[in-house]
Amino acid sequence: MTDVAGTNGTGSFVEIRGVSKWFGALQVLDDIDLHVEKHDVVCLIGASGSGKSTLLRCLNMLERIEKGDIVVDGQSLTTGKVDVNALRRKIGIVFQAYNLFPHMTVLQNVMLGPRKVRGLSKEHCESVAHDLLRKIGLEEKAHEYPDRLSGGQQQRVAIARALAMEPELMLLDEITSALDPQLVSEVLQLVRGLTEVGMTMIIATHEMGFAREVASKVCFLDGGRILEESTPEQIFTNPTQARTRSFLARVLDAETMA
Amino acid sequence: MHALHQVLHAFFNPHSFTLALPDVWAGFQVNLRMMFVAEALVLVLALLVAIVRGLPGRGAKPLRALAIAYTDFFRGTPIILVTFIVGFGLPGLQLGFISNRSFTVYGIIALTLVYTAYVSEVFRAGIESVHPSQRSAARSLGLTYAQAMRYVVVPQAIRRVIPPLLNDFVGLQKDTALVSVIGVAEAASLAQQFSTQNGDFASYVVAAVFFILITIPLARFTDHLVAERELRERAQAF
Repeated sequence: MTDVAGTNGTGSFVEIRGVSKWFGALQVLDDIDLHVEKHDVVCLIGASGSGKSTLLRCLNMLERIEKGDIVVDGQSLTTGKVDVNALRRKIGIVFQAYNLFPHMTVLQNVMLGPRKVRGLSKEHCESVAHDLLRKIGLEEKAHEYPDRLSGGQQQRVAIARALAMEPELMLLDEITSALDPQLVSEVLQLVRGLTEVGMTMIIATHEMGFAREVASKVCFLDGGRILEESTPEQIFTNPTQARTRSFLARVLDAETMA
Repeated sequence: MHALHQVLHAFFNPHSFTLALPDVWAGFQVNLRMMFVAEALVLVLALLVAIVRGLPGRGAKPLRALAIAYTDFFRGTPIILVTFIVGFGLPGLQLGFISNRSFTVYGIIALTLVYTAYVSEVFRAGIESVHPSQRSAARSLGLTYAQAMRYVVVPQAIRRVIPPLLNDFVGLQKDTALVSVIGVAEAASLAQQFSTQNGDFASYVVAAVFFILITIPLARFTDHLVAERELRERAQAF
């Protein structure tokens, strides 16, 4: 394994150390080590079922890890003393299926976290939500329900909803995988904007071109292991592992076919 | 022809209709009161039971067990037995605050106990039908379990179960007549009194019409909700 960050470095914003996880008898994460510094954009690539999503879900404790440790901002997630809700306030996550709340308007979706979790005033939350919706170009949809929006628009709202919590870390879980091809770019454009303002992100993605463009580090996952970890340049032009090469060949082949 | 005439005379005598109407209507107001009070109580209590039954963690196990025992008992016991137990049992306890209530109150208690068990299952099904990803999304924003339930899961669950819920309420409304066996002077029992005195059965028909008149709008409203949802879901799947 190539490791540009150095496995012994302490004080990284996110430190994943020897993390393993099983679903029953099936091992989904196998001794994962990963360090993420502030303003890093780490892209996780690999086939479906390689553990990308599970790793992200472990980071904000939607899933428990069975072995190893995850430290976020100096706080270990495995001590049992961790305040889960406080941790999640720092970490925004955006899901493949958007998961907007269908019974709330776009504005209410974006306001819910700041209002109920951060306890900010209604007026303040409203103005913050409007600002965010303006930034993602959907202010005119503020009072629509999610089912009136296209997939791309819903996903942009989901990003805004996460950003409304002013997270220090964003986890993006294959956020364009459920979208029609022509809707992908509007979502990626939004994420590109986040990299420009220095948002720390861990992105599970099948968009190789995008990963290559925005990542400061790319990890190739295979069977729950990080098989290769390197700069995007290195991984996409000169991968050291045979499995990385065959994965990329398959994915890039499919992209040219499409 | 003679038989038809007899039927008409026994059940649909216009004169008896007019005579029975005021009495039965007075009784039906008791039914209406029992319905509204019991339905309001059932809505709150059933949701509570459903939520308790879904509580996570080992610590909540006794509570969950209690909710299951409650549901099993009151769903499995015929409502007439529950009515006897409440209507004759509670007064026998000689407890001041609960033992000297009217039969109407005991009727309401019996209805509430039984229908809370039914409706809690409806709510539980609704809560379980909300996709887990909704909880994930809520929790990942930092909402607590209670907040995620309060703002995300339960509102969606309630919307989904309104049709089966209204269906159970039709049952509850009719069973207000059943609990009169302990001596509630409501439409059915007053109709029976009238029938005995008058020697025909028109009063029963009057009472039946009252019940039908309030169930039909509820049934149509339920149909309307179901149709509306189908339309919405089809629009989403285009």
